Amino acid sequence: MFAYILRRVLYAIPILIGVNLITFALFFMVNSPDDMARMQLGVKRVTPEAIQQWKAERGYDKPLFLNETSAGVAQITDTIFYSKSLTLFAGEFGRSEDGREIGREIRERMGPSLAIAIPTFLVGLGLTVSLSLFLVLFRGTWLDRTGVVLCVGLMSISSLFFIIGGQFIFARMLQLVPISGYESNPLVAWHFLILPVTVAVVAGIGSSTRWYRTLFLEEIGKDYVRTARAKGLSDTAVLFRHVLRNGLIPILTGVVVVIPTLFMGSLLIESFFGIPGLGSYTIDAIAAQDFAVVRAMVFLGSGLYLLGLILTDLSYTLVDPRIRLK
Amino acid sequence: MTIHALFSTLSQSLWVWLATDVLLWLLFVLFLFSVVVIVRSPLQRAVWQKVFRQRLAVVSTVLLAIAACFALLDSIHLREPLPRLTPEASVRYSVEVNSVLDLILTDLRKNHEKTYSAPLAVNLAALEPVTVSMPDGAVEVRREAPRLKVAGSIFPPGPVNDTTYWLDVLQRVSFGALGGALLFALLWLGCLMARRVLTSNPQSNRVAWRWVGLTLGVVFITGGVFTGLSTNFHVFGTDKVGQDVLYQVLKSLRTALVIGLVPTLVTLPLGIALGLSAGYFRGKVDDVIQYIYTTVSAVPGVLLIAASVLSIQVMIDNHPEWFATAVERGDIRLLALCIILGMTSWTGIARLLRGEALKMREYDYVQAARAFGVGAGQILLRHVLPNVFPIILITLVMEFSSLVLAEAVLSYIGIGVDPTMFSFGLMINNARMELSRDPVVWWSLTAAFLFMVILVLAANLLADAVRDALDPRSEGQS
Amino acid sequence: MSKPLLQVRNLSLGFARRDEVSESPRIVDALSAISFQLHAGETLALLGESGCGKSLTALALMRLLPQQARFQSGHVLLESSESGVRSEDLLRVSEDRMRQIRGRRMAMIFQEPATSLNPVMRIGEQINEVLRLHRGLTTAAGDAEVLALLDQVGLPDPARAAAAYPFELSGGMKQRAMIAMALAGDPDILLADEPTTALDVTLQAQILDLIRDLQQQRQMGVLLITHDLAVVSARADRVAVMYAGQIVESGPVAQVLNQPSHPYTRALLASLPEKAIPGKALTQLAGRVPPLGSWPMTCRFEPRCAIREPHCLEESPPWVFLPGAETPHEQHHALCWRVGDDSTAPVDAGEPLSASTQSTGSPPVLQVVDLSVRYESASKGLLYRLRQLWHRAEALPSSPVVDAISFDLRPGETLAIVGESGCGKTTTARAILRLIESESGQVILDGKEIVGRGIRPAKGWRRDVQMVFQDPFASLDPRQRIRQILSEGPRALGLSATDYDNNALIRLLDRVGLPPEALNRFPHEFSGGQRQRIAIARALAVSPKVLICDEPTSALDVSVQAQILNLLQKLQAETGIAYLFITHNFGVVRYLADRVLVMQSGRVVEAGNTEQLLKNPQHAYTRALLASVPVLS
Repeated sequence: MFAYILRRVLYAIPILIGVNLITFALFFMVNSPDDMARMQLGVKRVTPEAIQQWKAERGYDKPLFLNETSAGVAQITDTIFYSKSLTLFAGEFGRSEDGREIGREIRERMGPSLAIAIPTFLVGLGLTVSLSLFLVLFRGTWLDRTGVVLCVGLMSISSLFFIIGGQFIFARMLQLVPISGYESNPLVAWHFLILPVTVAVVAGIGSSTRWYRTLFLEEIGKDYVRTARAKGLSDTAVLFRHVLRNGLIPILTGVVVVIPTLFMGSLLIESFFGIPGLGSYTIDAIAAQDFAVVRAMVFLGSGLYLLGLILTDLSYTLVDPRIRLK
Repeated sequence: MTIHALFSTLSQSLWVWLATDVLLWLLFVLFLFSVVVIVRSPLQRAVWQKVFRQRLAVVSTVLLAIAACFALLDSIHLREPLPRLTPEASVRYSVEVNSVLDLILTDLRKNHEKTYSAPLAVNLAALEPVTVSMPDGAVEVRREAPRLKVAGSIFPPGPVNDTTYWLDVLQRVSFGALGGALLFALLWLGCLMARRVLTSNPQSNRVAWRWVGLTLGVVFITGGVFTGLSTNFHVFGTDKVGQDVLYQVLKSLRTALVIGLVPTLVTLPLGIALGLSAGYFRGKVDDVIQYIYTTVSAVPGVLLIAASVLSIQVMIDNHPEWFATAVERGDIRLLALCIILGMTSWTGIARLLRGEALKMREYDYVQAARAFGVGAGQILLRHVLPNVFPIILITLVMEFSSLVLAEAVLSYIGIGVDPTMFSFGLMINNARMELSRDPVVWWSLTAAFLFMVILVLAANLLADAVRDALDPRSEGQS
Repeated sequence: MSKPLLQVRNLSLGFARRDEVSESPRIVDALSAISFQLHAGETLALLGESGCGKSLTALALMRLLPQQARFQSGHVLLESSESGVRSEDLLRVSEDRMRQIRGRRMAMIFQEPATSLNPVMRIGEQINEVLRLHRGLTTAAGDAEVLALLDQVGLPDPARAAAAYPFELSGGMKQRAMIAMALAGDPDILLADEPTTALDVTLQAQILDLIRDLQQQRQMGVLLITHDLAVVSARADRVAVMYAGQIVESGPVAQVLNQPSHPYTRALLASLPEKAIPGKALTQLAGRVPPLGSWPMTCRFEPRCAIREPHCLEESPPWVFLPGAETPHEQHHALCWRVGDDSTAPVDAGEPLSASTQSTGSPPVLQVVDLSVRYESASKGLLYRLRQLWHRAEALPSSPVVDAISFDLRPGETLAIVGESGCGKTTTARAILRLIESESGQVILDGKEIVGRGIRPAKGWRRDVQMVFQDPFASLDPRQRIRQILSEGPRALGLSATDYDNNALIRLLDRVGLPPEALNRFPHEFSGGQRQRIAIARALAVSPKVLICDEPTSALDVSVQAQILNLLQKLQAETGIAYLFITHNFGVVRYLADRVLVMQSGRVVEAGNTEQLLKNPQHAYTRALLASVPVLS
């Protein structure tokens, strides 16, 4: 088991290097550091010296992938790519273009992101699984058909509408909750969190419910369900004792991959509701074209995704007796 | 604009083929081609008849086809000639690039108000100081909503009498509806005649034609009503700069379709080629391809798109000399966005097809072909690809709706389409702040919402129907 | 005789279908007037080919039917377990009451033990569920009872089996666990739906013995559903033969099998390869069971019947009782106008076979020398190992799948490879065709080495050896027309265009007994037997010298099997083609093969002349195999 995890972690390294290659290629091939400097310095202060200084300060004065002026290993190590991406592996995210330390910023903003993401995830999962079971229990009836049509309807509405509509109805018209904002004190925070969480759950309900319903229906068609009914079990007993257990395997292992990425927060929800999490941090960075932050977030995001993949495999061994890791 | 004027403009203008125009028409040609293939193959025809026996599928297809008509009309661009200064001077063309749809909708496009106005309103939605001379000769400055420039201009100045207003609305609605119904009746009659001539055996025709007619009828009558009302009003009101919202919504259809369809031109070749070869060849090929798609899917999609769009925007900004007009500049960004969306979304289909190919390479008929020494390329092309085609198709239709939805989010973040263009995302983004105004400006958002939901819902319902009919796994359930 | 436990009277049911053309809903007959009785302690076999409604009957008794099924009429009377209480009609009791009956009074076991057990629940738990539900035991008391039950069904280590998940048990053990689960409710009636079809011959005998022992101990009534005449003959007391949703003949086993009175039963018996008269082709039954919804109005067997007369088309046949029954229970009767007219119709014994084409003197066309196959070993390159890190590694068998086997095959000869599943017979075939890599050894085809170290055979060698696969539904590409399917081989091998032009393909179809119209059709328009003919035609299109047949009839019904076997015989007589025939059916071996090779876990344990080997097997494994084959008495 330990050896397995170790090997998987080792395999993640070439992938993260690949991710960095993609981002660096995107950022620097199309936009030279000179362009970035020009943009960050603003129109007025652009002089060749200022650009040089800007680049030197931030370590952008080296070649990108291959330094031909150096010798030996330094050909590779003395480059922007090497210096910038190695520090990422060490957990050093560097400073953003406005000079703030990215690592600290991430640590500070993680809390608010999780405060939204974890309740959304848990409530959403519980609700969609129960709803899909409900539809499956009434399969073939008008209740099921209406439910499926409703799901498709919900899927077809952009999440922007849910957010805008939710804010407009509950915060502006009914004035039940504040429109936006955040408070780290948990006693007050729920006040700010309840609407974004509700909106996020509702926005995701359609597609997951429908997907889980299909999974459960697929299970119901299997032979062992017929065996269970032949034993004399009631429909509900068959559903909850046999089908649920089997159907939950793909559902649980399917959602495990997103658990680590919960840290990244939700871009839309956070920015609409003014929550100082990593999602809004990312959006701000995109708007300000702060490449250092975007690069750090890409690295963090892909690292968490790979962690999610490993966790998925581990979760299989927990919920499915048939799978053993070698 | 009359039809005659339209054609004379068309013949004199400089045609501009934007990149996305070409791609959209190319997709259309591909679509026609596959229709021909389907109609000629009995196996395919039976499957599609199964799809189109479902009412919702038929309704959705008709709605999507109408959206496609708008998008295609909006994809023939041209620059109108400028009036010649001297008779012998060479012809010069306007820098304004318009599409055929723009020309058809000239009235909608050009009838600007000053700022916000509600649907069917004759007054502005904003208060302005108005000087009123009182009967006693005193002059008073009041804040009130002035009359609109264009809408309701046939009414006499001053406050409009409720009865006259509603009578006028009613008249235009009924004339519009009647016109729409008439046009529809003519068209339907023509279709019926054509059908009688073309199909010898109406029994074999299992498509729910009645629902095609019903949907078309509703659409034509709605269109007629809209046209009727547009002669004197703004059906969906106007936005901040006074532009007609109906015009914006219709223009947004093309952007939505481009975003929903063009990325598949990237997704399909990549996904099919890489997915099938990973599954079929296994071994080292599989290792490399899996490495690539794990890497690509590890990068958070939004950030990858953001990074790419920003980079391309900088490139566009640095090279203004590449583009003759603003429309072309916006179009290049749109194209880039499509390519990037395609590059980030091929992994899903590749993974799916890899699994299928892994399974299918063990199938007896593939083994039988191998026993004849048929090459891998031939096997993939003749045996594997036709049998995974339903899966590809289902993924495509489902991808369409998620891409259209993604456009809205990306435009909101500021990494979507060029702000000078029209799109649902931009409309929502602009309308978002208007909800906090007093009185609430709800119409832009509502119009965008309505059209977007109809478009995406139609695509989702069609995807469902196609899956029910094509997916071998769904056959067992009933 | 006591009152029967279960009486089925005139049970009819149909499927709701939507009409293809008019879209109007209609009911398609699936079971018509099924009647039989089941007594305590006896085994009634329901015998029939696929699609005739045997399983449907069992499911109908349990009321576990698919949604679109509709009961139309009839009674299913279950005798009460207490004396003096009236019997219940299962078609009319409430669903709640029915749940008390399922598992308690009537239990069922299914064909596929692998899929019929819940994969993520321990065996003990699954059995305990029945005990809690029907016998009101606590979980603790149930656990002890579970062990007792598992012991009763002959599982060597009940405690381990109870704690195991289904995937941890072998196929035979799973079926034993299924039986334990069925017994847990102490049922009076056991419905066994093809309980051994998915198992190997040796296991089949064990499971059937187990069922019989348990039945005798508990005096259960067993309804045994099977397609296998030999199983019926060895294990059942009475038999009901089903055809197209009807029972066409029923009676005590010995009488029905010795004096079959319905032409269908007779044809079925005659088409068994075991019954073949040496030197004669198998008696074959033309056509196939008509699909649901297109059953003839009067006698359903009429279109295929050899002794039909005009009257058969006019009026439905009556039940005719045969003389000799002492009690009504032992009544032998058949549904036919012509019962008793034995004189007119001895079922036509097959045509004489053309003389054997085998030429003992000629050199072998195929030689296999020390061929070994091992699945990809773990000692591969870095990339391979990296990939293994990423995926859950599949378990790799350490011992070879095929271990140094050698044999040769002469022109016009048929060599059968016999063995249980997993013994490496199919792997051998695929290795010869180079569809999988072999580890070592040589294969020499017509004097040229095609498999061997570093060998890359010259182009065109595939012309000489072709294969027919087991499952005719999987071996034809569903999206190609027959024309494309047949011409694929000649085209790929670069044969001249006249070898696959319209005329050539029509001649090819004619040789396998299909009409020329078939060329433009798609595979799904054909039945299983017809598809297997197409698969044979596809292989013949390149006129190979060796044809490898991988269980070509095991997915087919008995009557269709005879057609295919006869066709293969005829083709060999015509062309002198050599067959490498892979099978697990000794009847087929006896009928078709000149020589036999018995394989066990990758090795050849015995080889020899068919007749000698079957009469006088030397190796213990061969003897065990032969002993477990149920023999038609």
